[in-house]
Amino acid sequence: MVKETKKGGKMSRRSFLGKAAVATAAVAAAPVITGFPTVWAQNIKNIKLRQFGTGTASVNAIAEKVKADLGFTIEMTALDSDAVVQRAVTQPKSYDIADIEYWVCKKVYPSGVIQPMDTSKIKLYDKISPLFKTGQLTPGADIAQGTAPHTVGFVEKNEDTAFAKRETQWMTLIPTIYNADTLGIRPDLVGRPITNWRDIMDPAFKGKTSILNIPSIGIMDAAMICESMGVIKYGDKGNMTRDEIDKTIEVLKKAKKDGQFRAFWKSFDESVNLMSSGEVVIQSMWSPAVAAVRAKGIPCKYQPLEEGYRAWGGGLGIARHLSGLELDAVYEYFNWYISGWAGAYLNRQGYYSAAPETSKQYMSENEWGYWMEGKKASADIVSPEGVTMEKKGAVRDGGSYDERMGHVACWNSVMDENKYMIRKWNEFIAS
Amino acid sequence: MTQSRFSYLQAFPLFAIMLVFLVIPTVMIVAVSFWDYNAFSIIPDFIWDNYDFLLTSSVTWRAYGTTFFYALTSWALTLVIGFTAAYYMAFHLRTTKSQTICFLLATIPFLTSNIIRMISWIPLLGRNGLVNQALLSLGLIDNPLEFLLYSDFSVILAFVHLYTLFMVVPIFNSMMRIDRKLIEAAIDAGASPVQVLTQVIIPLSKSGITIGTIFVFTLVMGDFITVRLMSGGLSASVGVLIYNEITLLQYPAAAAGAVTLLLTVLMMLAILFRFANIREDL
Repeated sequence: MVKETKKGGKMSRRSFLGKAAVATAAVAAAPVITGFPTVWAQNIKNIKLRQFGTGTASVNAIAEKVKADLGFTIEMTALDSDAVVQRAVTQPKSYDIADIEYWVCKKVYPSGVIQPMDTSKIKLYDKISPLFKTGQLTPGADIAQGTAPHTVGFVEKNEDTAFAKRETQWMTLIPTIYNADTLGIRPDLVGRPITNWRDIMDPAFKGKTSILNIPSIGIMDAAMICESMGVIKYGDKGNMTRDEIDKTIEVLKKAKKDGQFRAFWKSFDESVNLMSSGEVVIQSMWSPAVAAVRAKGIPCKYQPLEEGYRAWGGGLGIARHLSGLELDAVYEYFNWYISGWAGAYLNRQGYYSAAPETSKQYMSENEWGYWMEGKKASADIVSPEGVTMEKKGAVRDGGSYDERMGHVACWNSVMDENKYMIRKWNEFIAS
Repeated sequence: MTQSRFSYLQAFPLFAIMLVFLVIPTVMIVAVSFWDYNAFSIIPDFIWDNYDFLLTSSVTWRAYGTTFFYALTSWALTLVIGFTAAYYMAFHLRTTKSQTICFLLATIPFLTSNIIRMISWIPLLGRNGLVNQALLSLGLIDNPLEFLLYSDFSVILAFVHLYTLFMVVPIFNSMMRIDRKLIEAAIDAGASPVQVLTQVIIPLSKSGITIGTIFVFTLVMGDFITVRLMSGGLSASVGVLIYNEITLLQYPAAAAGAVTLLLTVLMMLAILFRFANIREDL
């Protein structure tokens, strides 16, 4: 506590000096400071922000672009989802920016390690997708079940650790990345059209299916499957009762006993290996993992299903200890993040940008048509690394942005009965 | 008096290291195992709930069952293979040079990491892996063998592969100390080769076998990564349960699991140490 105060004091002194210097520098070096930075350019070069998160959004290309555009350094560390929660909660001093998912935010934010941001300092706030403000893609649309981002997106005041029920001035995370997940299949090996979540339980695929072993996500996939099979009707898949959890786990246990599953995967690479080696032909999968299998020349499809998608979203949160110039730099970074370049980068990987509109200017007409509008590619689709991902004429699985994000059945979530659910999930794995 | 004070001083660095890195953390784990927790924080408290759930849950018992099954099977296999290899090196290789070369050859796999040696089995054993392809093309089987990967078979295979050397080294060590005259005397007295093996060599290698057993047992009991990777996440050992709880931030529950596992292993070690005088043999 004492240490913190001291640091805070030092920061504000430094920022005072900074501000005093800005006045002089603004006159002296006005032509040098162009573009985004409104914070003093020479001082900002010494700033290093430590960001950590899952591998999906912690990409070095973004850090490099930030260095080029804004002048300061973002140091990225990539961990898996479970490790992200652990680090966020148990080592809050070890990072400045936490890249966390919304369902994780429900666990992390109440522990007080993240400070909310002032939306009045976010210049392009109104460009952020309404999914993150009201939960509705279009006015009047249904709000999906689970931990929808807007339910953990705001707090009433800066000090609050409880979430606000509506949009306020204080946002917990700046949304960056999101997507709609579904099952991945090997079209060459399944031998029939796949249309529903329940198809993963088809005895024809015995010993050739897999689901992921991250309980909070796995239980949601399981819920989609059970509901599709017609064995359980949930009140809210994202917040099950003990009874619903028991029933879901029973279904899973039975399937496991019958030898339906080949394996359970926990990391991105494991899911890619299972699919590309032909160990499984249908499994829960993430969009870029499907792309990774396809990049090996093996057919793999991200199959849209009748019941809709299971969605997830991630955003950046500011560590509670940050203040002064570093905090200003973080706002600078966030403003940059939703101004388009980063969004276009994410869109090109198959994810979605939090402010879709702004990213349009950074994408070619062909790219925008393929990734966002569900149109046929008018030329080869190339990944940000320069690898050809799709040939001319290809259409994206699941169609346009509106079609996909408009068919979200539930969001990844943390349930009230989380502790119980995890115990039951362990029981399933050990059964 | 000064002498004993000096020896205390000599022992102090190790004592300090053990205190800071072993005793204090263990005490903390024991303390935390009585704490309460929720989704995002652990709450200092004194509750029996963690143990209560752990010891009454069928999951725990099943996981212990699986773990003992892995430990015993791996132990039996590593013992047979390790003993045979050590026997060959100790009694059939005549020169120290050839023994050294053989020993070095056995350690070559240890130049790469544990996990890499384990993962390299996966492309070999998979449905479309090398083993299945070879068997199919030889016409020995019509359909790929499914049990090769993501099964108890693959888990035990990996354990045996990883830990046999831990058996070879101590057994070889104790075999090298057997006075060759004893074997000659046994043969002169009319003992058959089997009698020499069972009545002279095995009893005299007992301490090596015990030390190897301790290595294999403790390694398998505490393992989680081999089980998770080689069973494809389909089986859960005690280590896997603890690991799952840690990743889900349930530290008190994980600590309770760890304390229980520690006590189990300590009890087993207490029994095993009755068979070996470890100070004499290491």
